[in-house]
Amino acid sequence: MTDKQKKQITGSEVLIKCLENQEVEYAFGIPGGVLIPIFDKLVNSKIKFILTRHEQGAIHMADGYARVTGKPGVAIATSGPGATNLVTGIMTAHMDSIPIVIITGQVVTPLLGKDAFQEADIIGITMPIVKHSYLVKNVNDIPRIIKEAFYIASTGRPGPVLVDIPKDVSTDIFAADMDQEMDIPGYKVPAKGDKKDIERMAGILKGSKKPLLLVGHGSVISSAEKEVKALAEKLRAPVVSTLLGKGGFPESHDLSLGMLGMHGTAYANKALINCDLILSIGSRWDDRINGNTEEFCIGAKKLHIDIDEAEIGKIVKADSYVVGDAKLVLRDLIKLIEPLDTSEWLKECEYYKKQFPLKYDNSKGLTIPYIIDEIYHLTKGKAIVCTDVGQNQMWSAQFYKIDDGKDWYSSGGAGTMGCGFPAAVGAQFGRPKDIVVAICGDGGFQMTIQELSTMAIHKLPVKVFVMDNKYLGMVRQWQELFFDNRLSGVDLLGNPDFVKVAEGYGIKGININDVKHARARIKEALDYKGPVLIHCEVHKEYNVFPMIPAGKSAFHMMIDPPKAKK
Amino acid sequence: MANTDKKDIHTISFLVANKPGVLVRVALAFAKRGFNIDSLVVSPTTNAKFSRMTITAQGSPETLEQIIKQTSKLIDVIRAEEHSEKETIHRELALIKLKHTPSTKPIILKQAEKFKAKLISEEESFLIIEHLGTTAQLDELEAILKKYNVVELVRSGKLVIAKGRDST
Repeated sequence: MTDKQKKQITGSEVLIKCLENQEVEYAFGIPGGVLIPIFDKLVNSKIKFILTRHEQGAIHMADGYARVTGKPGVAIATSGPGATNLVTGIMTAHMDSIPIVIITGQVVTPLLGKDAFQEADIIGITMPIVKHSYLVKNVNDIPRIIKEAFYIASTGRPGPVLVDIPKDVSTDIFAADMDQEMDIPGYKVPAKGDKKDIERMAGILKGSKKPLLLVGHGSVISSAEKEVKALAEKLRAPVVSTLLGKGGFPESHDLSLGMLGMHGTAYANKALINCDLILSIGSRWDDRINGNTEEFCIGAKKLHIDIDEAEIGKIVKADSYVVGDAKLVLRDLIKLIEPLDTSEWLKECEYYKKQFPLKYDNSKGLTIPYIIDEIYHLTKGKAIVCTDVGQNQMWSAQFYKIDDGKDWYSSGGAGTMGCGFPAAVGAQFGRPKDIVVAICGDGGFQMTIQELSTMAIHKLPVKVFVMDNKYLGMVRQWQELFFDNRLSGVDLLGNPDFVKVAEGYGIKGININDVKHARARIKEALDYKGPVLIHCEVHKEYNVFPMIPAGKSAFHMMIDPPKAKK
Repeated sequence: MANTDKKDIHTISFLVANKPGVLVRVALAFAKRGFNIDSLVVSPTTNAKFSRMTITAQGSPETLEQIIKQTSKLIDVIRAEEHSEKETIHRELALIKLKHTPSTKPIILKQAEKFKAKLISEEESFLIIEHLGTTAQLDELEAILKKYNVVELVRSGKLVIAKGRDST
């Protein structure tokens, strides 16, 4: 066979080959008119396509998959509404630095910009919420663009990369070499930190008597668990973590004070107020941990390690900083430091732990934190936990201790209601042998409830806990505390019987509505070898504490509910 | 004259990939932080793969530093750098259209001559003056000519190039 007779291949075929070369296992999405040529080539591909019931479900699944495997997730959606349905999930991934490659179909190039049927300027719409994006105008660029997209998504500070492919490009005949070099001279990935910067940081650390390590998502993304542990143990420094830094340092470790911030543990926030030095490892000092920059760690030295130089000085002015990959920077830093005498400081932290423990009270009915505490003990802390957003999320962060950052999914920056359940589905695809628990509120769960189909069809044994307090609980809590309990727009009257909903999808449903039977039913659910939904009818007006009001510093923490109320 | 070179006016030079959409990405970083762009010039470089953007904007140095960091992060931005007046040569071009009367014409031309600005068009009672110089020089002539019925004014925006062996 001569070269001329060689089988001609189209853009679609090239795209699928490129995705296969990137070792893509799963692509989550929904097809559409302009995607049919690409879907045609998926038929014989080893990539498993997962048909979701809404594009938002697809992008959250890709997100969940990415966070628990450390590999980029892939989502596919058609032009126009298919693509715009992804927007919330793209923003969720962007805020939390999650590697996702998004393929969107686009109308044929001659119709671009002419308001064609199902045309949306998805590049323009998503520009503020992607790490990078491409409109593919020449079929011969596909190999280079896909290679760059995966590289950009998964290196440095990761993030979503969108590739928009017009239909005619996907049907054009490919006439180039499959093996193409990347061409991104403006993209640099920081690795090791600057030696002098690390030396300066080590020098400042030496003078501390009350050091505190603040572990952020950057530690988890960098897989720096070992190094963070070595640093904490060598310095004998207590460790707090952000919502997304959970597991960056084992929360079951003696030096761990759990999560800090708005709904962090009282002891983490007490340590924050009283430390004389705070070292952030891959956190961006966001406003949920630092409500008021003026009053944040007054008098304490602030040190900052981040792979993204734009985070340095953005919120908190650091006394010393290092730009680089957390794991590599810590390896160099550990060599330069000596153990500190922190025995008094650790005693002080221990006192806070004993004095202000996390607690819940089932005396007026079944509470969400109790259920989560039971799940924690019954799974021995080994489950992958995917939370939704709101009260359920904060209680999960408080009561489910995480020892490995890749076992935790929560929408931190975006606070996207509805992400938790589909993310758990994506997580289960990525790690089929592990126990995956979704902890959702009744509000968020109903935003992506349709993915029960996806879970049922693939028989994914996700344990979906729906915490039904018949309210948008966190907003109700704020209205109670700060708006004289004038409830407005929070009543979820009309919630369905979630057990029947599950059964309608062919999924096992379990109901829990009292403290007495709770543990046995949770155990039954966790032991069940298939998809299961656990409808937890809980105390309607139970609030999350401790709480630091928005915009305030840790000095204003309310450890217990205010006495005057009710 | 010196008051146009206030401390809060910044000139940033970007070397960017010559691709569609780059301008939007850079402009978004300014807009997101409420920075108003005063002038913007996009031009080719000696390498067809890259373009040059020269942007002047006002704002606090801290915000500007953030914008430079944010734009440097963009994949299509090769380099972003703020330039001080000392290290660079900067020029701007103004085209000024005036409607003159027999009595104002000699005054206008005399003022233009003082600034080495040229008369480049005269049709009916309309004059067009071309003025090349620093931003401050342009501002100064503009202020003077405003007294004589300026009908339109077009300025190129500031161009900047680093002196000596430094690259822009």
